[in-house]
Amino acid sequence: MHSKKSNLNQYIINAIFIVISILFVIPILYIVSISLTSERDILEYGYKLLPTNVTANAYKYVFNNPWQIINSYGVSIFITVFGTLLSLFLSTMLAYTMSRKDYRYSRITSFVVFFTLLFNGGLVPTYILIVNYLHLKNTIWALILPYTINAWYVILLKGFLSTIPLALVEAARIDGASEVGTFFKIVIPLSKPALAAVGLLICFTYWNDWWLSLLYIDKTQIMPLQYLLYRIMANVDFLSRQAASSIGVNVKEIPTESLRMAMCVIAAGPMLILFPFFQRYFVKGITVGSVKG
Amino acid sequence: MISYKKASKEFKKNKGLFFMSLPGLVFIIIFAYIPMVGLIIAFKDYTYDKGIFLSKWIGFENFKFFFTSDAALRVTRNTILLNLLFIIAGTIIAIICALMLYELNRRAVKLYQTILFFPFFISWVVASYAAYALMNYEFGGINSFLTNIGSQPIEWYLQYKYWIVILFIAYIWKNVGYFCLLYYTGLLDIDPVYFEAAKIDGASKWQQVWRVSLPLISPLVIMLVLLNIGKIFYADFGLFYFLPKNSGALFKVTDVIDTYVYRSLKTTGDIGMASAVGFYQSIMGFILVMISNFIVKRFDKDKSLF
Repeated sequence: MHSKKSNLNQYIINAIFIVISILFVIPILYIVSISLTSERDILEYGYKLLPTNVTANAYKYVFNNPWQIINSYGVSIFITVFGTLLSLFLSTMLAYTMSRKDYRYSRITSFVVFFTLLFNGGLVPTYILIVNYLHLKNTIWALILPYTINAWYVILLKGFLSTIPLALVEAARIDGASEVGTFFKIVIPLSKPALAAVGLLICFTYWNDWWLSLLYIDKTQIMPLQYLLYRIMANVDFLSRQAASSIGVNVKEIPTESLRMAMCVIAAGPMLILFPFFQRYFVKGITVGSVKG
Repeated sequence: MISYKKASKEFKKNKGLFFMSLPGLVFIIIFAYIPMVGLIIAFKDYTYDKGIFLSKWIGFENFKFFFTSDAALRVTRNTILLNLLFIIAGTIIAIICALMLYELNRRAVKLYQTILFFPFFISWVVASYAAYALMNYEFGGINSFLTNIGSQPIEWYLQYKYWIVILFIAYIWKNVGYFCLLYYTGLLDIDPVYFEAAKIDGASKWQQVWRVSLPLISPLVIMLVLLNIGKIFYADFGLFYFLPKNSGALFKVTDVIDTYVYRSLKTTGDIGMASAVGFYQSIMGFILVMISNFIVKRFDKDKSLF
């Protein structure tokens, strides 16, 4: 593809990207480094990119009284797993009916889905609907149901499903299969890669979401991780209260600065480490999806 | 009667697929269409006990309130100008990154792409921790650096004049990898024959970029830019809410339509105001999507949304 390349250009470009990469990673390194620094070092030297003396003190505090973070992990995992399965299943069925050109109502269904991308009622009516009419405030469903059908993902899936030849569906019908049977036995097995790509996008939507909890949750029992992190950042007392609730802890001794960052590492770290393994699927879902379903 | 019979026969033939689409459609109707009806709240004096339909009509009172306040101009200006800055400068930076990546071998590309791309999957909440680590007044990384070189430390969270740059850097950090990926994929789709031909004609690297790469990815660029222009009335809430840590001193720059609606609804509890601003955003958003789509259609029929 590129036969003769000037080496000098390559060196310059590599150098530029190495600088950019370092700049991109530094903010995250700070979080990790602060979480491993003792409170005394922070007060004396400020936040450092590399800790002068490494200490796991902040992590000890988290693990001494871990119920809040375990609880939030539980909430996040539940909404991600359950939400993704529900959303993927309903979205795929909906997208499949839109992709079937022989289906009498496929055009109108597509329009109903598509129109929501152009126009929406906005925050206030949605909020009032969910809080005053559906009574979902402070329930786990408020964190799942509003995202169950995302028009973008449906259209993305429709694009993938449209590539399945109609002849296969017709062959199944001649063999006496029902629509639902065809869907499960033929359509789903054929579209596994697409389902994996879109499923992963949905997964991240749920896992990274703070918006729904910001609106609808104020009970600590159903705080997902992202919202817990927001509360800790917005309100230092929240963190001290959590830590002090374990017996025999002096509030003044709590290493708030490093503890806050340790919570961030524990809450966000595992997913970040998994990211490179998922990246390939994301790239696939995103490059197709951004252009047109 | 005949048409009814025909319709019912037709329905019978299609009912398998119809029932498959039904659960998804129910979700869309509840969470997307019913709130559209709820937009009428903007013309009412909404109270929780009376609900949407029984609350009193008050015409344009809520709008009068919003448009005569300083907030209307401030949040509209911040939303549109910052989004424009993000779109224009962000696109240019992403294209430059993609063009540079294109010159490198696959292994290097993969490494750099992963690093550029990972912030896209970090939530704004986590990003706000990183921002805080850098910008905290007493301990933050930037202020340590400033004191080390003999400058005065800066109260980042109280001085709005820095925040256009801060928001811009944060936006680029989080999104450039995504757009770069799209443009890089676009470059890979170019038939290598064009580059070979250009080389045979003696074109330099620069000439190849200007005469081959850029013209051939321009449809993609135009399309993505127009799609983003269509969303210009919607700000990235997380960026504007979590990074400035809700600091009132920064509102002059950081307050956008979305954060304003959220605060009116959740903090000050002014539903009239919140619904009027939301209505304004929905309508303006709709008009802009229609306009930008109309333009996309003129460029390239296949690439338009509808």
